[in-house]
Amino acid sequence: MHHCRVALFLIGLLAGTASAEEVQVAVAANFSVPMQVIAAAFEKDTGHKAQLAFGSTGKFYAQIRNGAPFQILLSADAETPMRLEREGLAVAATRFTYAVGKLALWSAKKGMVDSSGAVLGKGNYAHLAMANPKLAPYGAAAIDVLKHLNLLDAVQPRLVQGENIAQTYQFVASGNAELGFVALSQITKDGKLIDGSAWIVPDNLHAPIRQDAVILANGKGNAAASALMAYLKSDKAKAIIRAYGYDI
Amino acid sequence: MLDDSALSAVWLTVRLATVTTLLLFLVGTPIAWWLARTRSWLKAPIGALVALPLVLPPTVIGFYLLVVMGPQGPVGQFTQALGLGVLPFTFWGLVVGSVFYSMPFVVQPLQNAFDAIGERPLEVAATLRAGPWDRFFSVVLPLARPGFITAGILGFAHTVGEFGVVLMIGGNIPDKTRVVSVQIYDYVEAMEYAQAHWLSAGMLVFSFMVLLLLYLFNPNVRRQ
Repeated sequence: MHHCRVALFLIGLLAGTASAEEVQVAVAANFSVPMQVIAAAFEKDTGHKAQLAFGSTGKFYAQIRNGAPFQILLSADAETPMRLEREGLAVAATRFTYAVGKLALWSAKKGMVDSSGAVLGKGNYAHLAMANPKLAPYGAAAIDVLKHLNLLDAVQPRLVQGENIAQTYQFVASGNAELGFVALSQITKDGKLIDGSAWIVPDNLHAPIRQDAVILANGKGNAAASALMAYLKSDKAKAIIRAYGYDI
Repeated sequence: MLDDSALSAVWLTVRLATVTTLLLFLVGTPIAWWLARTRSWLKAPIGALVALPLVLPPTVIGFYLLVVMGPQGPVGQFTQALGLGVLPFTFWGLVVGSVFYSMPFVVQPLQNAFDAIGERPLEVAATLRAGPWDRFFSVVLPLARPGFITAGILGFAHTVGEFGVVLMIGGNIPDKTRVVSVQIYDYVEAMEYAQAHWLSAGMLVFSFMVLLLLYLFNPNVRRQ
């Protein structure tokens, strides 16, 4: 009896990794929390299962080019899905914008950031954190904002860069950087600021942070993949996406 | 080939590894000596503490360094009280992190070398009226030379190869904290694969040469 149960357990372990109605999704790190909520709802509503992997878009791109088994990419930008499509690694005409990111200037300290971001020009801080503008759309947007406000040269010596928006958040949350440009989705829940003080940067100060999804060559003809893409466009998914601080 | 930012990353990495290795000789030699000679019950716990970076993921070390050296952390409070500010995002912050991270690679070869010398040569030197410092410099140092060479090479090479800790406490600042491994990571993430290849191949050749040097010239390693 005991042996039988062990054998069943082992079979379960081996079999558990493969199932017909499963879709492997590569998810941009900034979208990890809302996507987990959406995936749970998707599973309940459709019976399909979405396996999520979180990471940076640049790393996913390298992995997809080298044969990673993902069927959908939820990118942090619009360029990477376009590039994958051009290179024949994604299915044509499946691209769409699933979320538009919102940028916030945030401090873990209450009262540090005012409602118009004037603190940026005051200079009473040693470090201003942002995501690496070369790698992360939120970083590029932060540079846009600083240029727009004519502050880029003044703050340059105080800039520190996170490799992605999650690390940038960590720099600010730990207090090592007094200020930082983070994703609004990281610091709000149900439309309310969780901690510290923040300025929600107006959209007209930076190029829009469009995050696009695409079906990868691997996911061609996969029913679960097309179902998930349709689900992301549903009102139910959009409501979840908005609740986490994105526009759509 | 290599652009300016890559070259500045190489130069920064060499500086970081050199300063770290020198500091590790200063800090590591007494620790290794004590570990080789002591009969205290503290030998096992201190030895384990020194060896921790061998098994801990760099993310754990980096995360705790960020918290401990940050403005709310004990080390951060101390450095702020001294008027030095906080260590993350600075070259010296990386040095502190690297000293921790590469400690076992310096202490363990030294400890083995000191162990191998044994008590006898020191006792003989003592009967010839050599004082403790004299004994250390004219007996221990020459006898433990292969151990020092191994320790120096491994400490330097391991600091050059460091990535996770620097990523977590560095802040990716050119000329201050953007070392070669981080620069390569950036190139790959930014899909600039040609640049990534140049630097990566350079690291591969460097690492192989370092180890080759170690195995060619160090009889201790060869015997093992």
